[in-house]
Amino acid sequence: MKISRGWTLSVAALSVLCATNMAFAQTVGVSWSNFQEERWKRDEAAMKAAIEKAGGKYISADAQGSNEKQVADIENLITRGAKVLIVLAWDADAVLPAVKSAKTEGIPIIAYDRLIQDKDVFYLTFDNVEVGRLQAQGVFKKKPAGNYVFIKGAPTDPNADLLHKGQLEVLNPAIKAGKIKVVGEQYTEGWAPEVAQRNMEQILTKNANKVDAVVASNDGTAGGVVAALRAQNLVGIPVSGQDGDIAALNRVGLGEQTVSVFKDARKLGESAGTVAMQLAKGKKPKDIAGTATWAEGSKKIPMVSLFLKPVPITSDNLDYVITAGWATKDQVCKGVTPAKAPKACK
Amino acid sequence: MTSEQSTSDASSQGAGSDRPPPVAKVVRGGELPVAPLRQRISQGLDPRMISMLLALALIWVALEVATHGLFLSPRNLYNLSIQTSAIAVVSCGMVFVIVARQIDLSVGSLLAFTGVLTAYAQIRWFEGVAAGWVLSIAVGMTAGVAVGLFQGWWVAYRGLPALVVTLAGFLMYRGAAFLVAEGQTIAPLDETYQRLGGGAAGSIGVGGSWLVGALACAWLGWHVWDTRREQAKYTAEQAPLWLDVIKVALGTVAVGAFVVVMVSYPDRARMDDAGNAPGMGIGIPVLILIAVVAVLSFLAHRTRFGRYVFAFGGNPESALLAGINTRLLIVKIFVMMGILSTIAAVITTARLNAGANSIGQFGELYAIAAAVLGGTSLSGGSGSVPGAIVGALIIGSLDSGLVLLDVSSAQRQIAIGLVLIAAGWFDVEYAKWRSK
Repeated sequence: MKISRGWTLSVAALSVLCATNMAFAQTVGVSWSNFQEERWKRDEAAMKAAIEKAGGKYISADAQGSNEKQVADIENLITRGAKVLIVLAWDADAVLPAVKSAKTEGIPIIAYDRLIQDKDVFYLTFDNVEVGRLQAQGVFKKKPAGNYVFIKGAPTDPNADLLHKGQLEVLNPAIKAGKIKVVGEQYTEGWAPEVAQRNMEQILTKNANKVDAVVASNDGTAGGVVAALRAQNLVGIPVSGQDGDIAALNRVGLGEQTVSVFKDARKLGESAGTVAMQLAKGKKPKDIAGTATWAEGSKKIPMVSLFLKPVPITSDNLDYVITAGWATKDQVCKGVTPAKAPKACK
Repeated sequence: MTSEQSTSDASSQGAGSDRPPPVAKVVRGGELPVAPLRQRISQGLDPRMISMLLALALIWVALEVATHGLFLSPRNLYNLSIQTSAIAVVSCGMVFVIVARQIDLSVGSLLAFTGVLTAYAQIRWFEGVAAGWVLSIAVGMTAGVAVGLFQGWWVAYRGLPALVVTLAGFLMYRGAAFLVAEGQTIAPLDETYQRLGGGAAGSIGVGGSWLVGALACAWLGWHVWDTRREQAKYTAEQAPLWLDVIKVALGTVAVGAFVVVMVSYPDRARMDDAGNAPGMGIGIPVLILIAVVAVLSFLAHRTRFGRYVFAFGGNPESALLAGINTRLLIVKIFVMMGILSTIAAVITTARLNAGANSIGQFGELYAIAAAVLGGTSLSGGSGSVPGAIVGALIIGSLDSGLVLLDVSSAQRQIAIGLVLIAAGWFDVEYAKWRSK
């Protein structure tokens, strides 16, 4: 029975450790799905800063793209004394068993950026429907009537349809009134820019270049659209995008793209940290500012959720990404002629 | 032409048949008997290629009717020629790969990797350097060759199946493409470099196009004449002269029509104030493709390398026993594929005016489909480069032509899949018919 005694001892030691931990700081455990991807590092820095600012302690684990490891990671984070969990799910369904065991311990869970469908999970993400609305609004402001083209995202990506839903919300009244005519609409397999380019070329051919505005769903496809427009000397008609790609921000500076909807990863990280600390201190999810009940997931489970508003970047507020440290002035204003320069480039 | 040959043998010998003995042939002093006309005609024609061209013609006519005259407009044909170039370049190489009983699933990912690397080198290393875009292509090309050596070595010297090595490559090079620029899209690219993509100022104009057309016709005439001369030298069977004359005439008409269509598409980027624009002419990507086809056809038919590839594909063991360095041969094929993927990457990025890690998705599958549609046998040993071009054109025509009809991507994928099945079925039936 030596082993079991050692086991008990270590568990006891661990709980003492946890207890002391809790006495000093609220620990927030973060389970990353795949830290290899560049963007999560930006999220992490902001998240950590927000947690530490509120007097909490940040601990994390990286599942490295494995379902089994993520489940083990979450159990491990609980053992290490996490009072709240932030989970970026690798697989939204495979992670459910770990979510269940956290729930039995009474630990609140925040589904970060990717939906985990469980009634007790707090869902935090950017509002993709809102991104679509902002894209359509950016284009609509410049061209309230005429021939419109939709270059949608990958047919396999549910976000592509959410974006399109938002775009239509804004444009449907004008479409119904006959002011806007949809002269082309295509999905873009794998969000590939060259596919968007080819589809745009064909739509231009079909309409003998009578296209007045293009609602493209991200900056990659917008790049393909602008390349197709350039071959027809049509660069300058309103084109939308999203992501705040450096190349796209440069196009906004040059007047080749109208709007790039920017989802600041650091904003998402920061609010995850803030929400986690509020939950750790015992606040009810529903009482956190800005939350709403949302049940639009595939399982239609009502969940408390917080959607962040993305920022549409146009030539008027290009300085936003520069002051935010996302892009430099040189990158954004490359090749911009002083006469036509937006104020951020002056 | 086994079937024809065997029947003619039987009838000339008359052995074991009820047929009356053949009329004695008039054998003039020292000359060999001339084979029957039917046999000689079929020898001068490639039924596989003809049926492919007919299928393409059928698709074009159908799309032309369905789009009310839009599909065969100069503008659409110019776009089609540019849109198809990148995949066509890769599918030419895929012919060699498949003939040698290998497969390459890494093409699309490799295209993304070398494309992003070329763009990255151009913007980050050679910005402001004179002819920096040339250096950037050299960087991309070096990477393409290195990858080819790597894959070829694993397949040839370590005995891994090409399927495994290139499937690994499919994953790795897409990841590498991401790492080069940490997922960023690199744009805009050099103005001169962009011309390689066939966009604005991306063509050779009216005069240049006619010159290229004339050269192509001259080459065709010379090629047919030279073939006949060679055949005469070795007293091989010859197609009737009139058939060759018709072939050259048809080829000249096709080249002429192509040039006429290309120069009648106005170049809007060079339009004057009165709205007059000079003709575009042949796009630079198409010129690159023509050069690739010329080089690869030469390799296939006129060099030891080409003969070895076909010999190895036909029977690997006997090729080895015949003393061919088959390992080196495999490495060479993969290096060639690396070079061609880089060329396709240059066309794609120049056309897009950006290096993005999401380009070239499904490129490997389209290249394989084009080669197979073009009559390359997956069991190895036979295939043709011009066939792959026709295959790529069929896929490209369906893929972009159906967009003119507002057909969704899901339905387009089904259409292309069905055409592949039809081509495969044709192959099986044709093989049965021939072996009868």
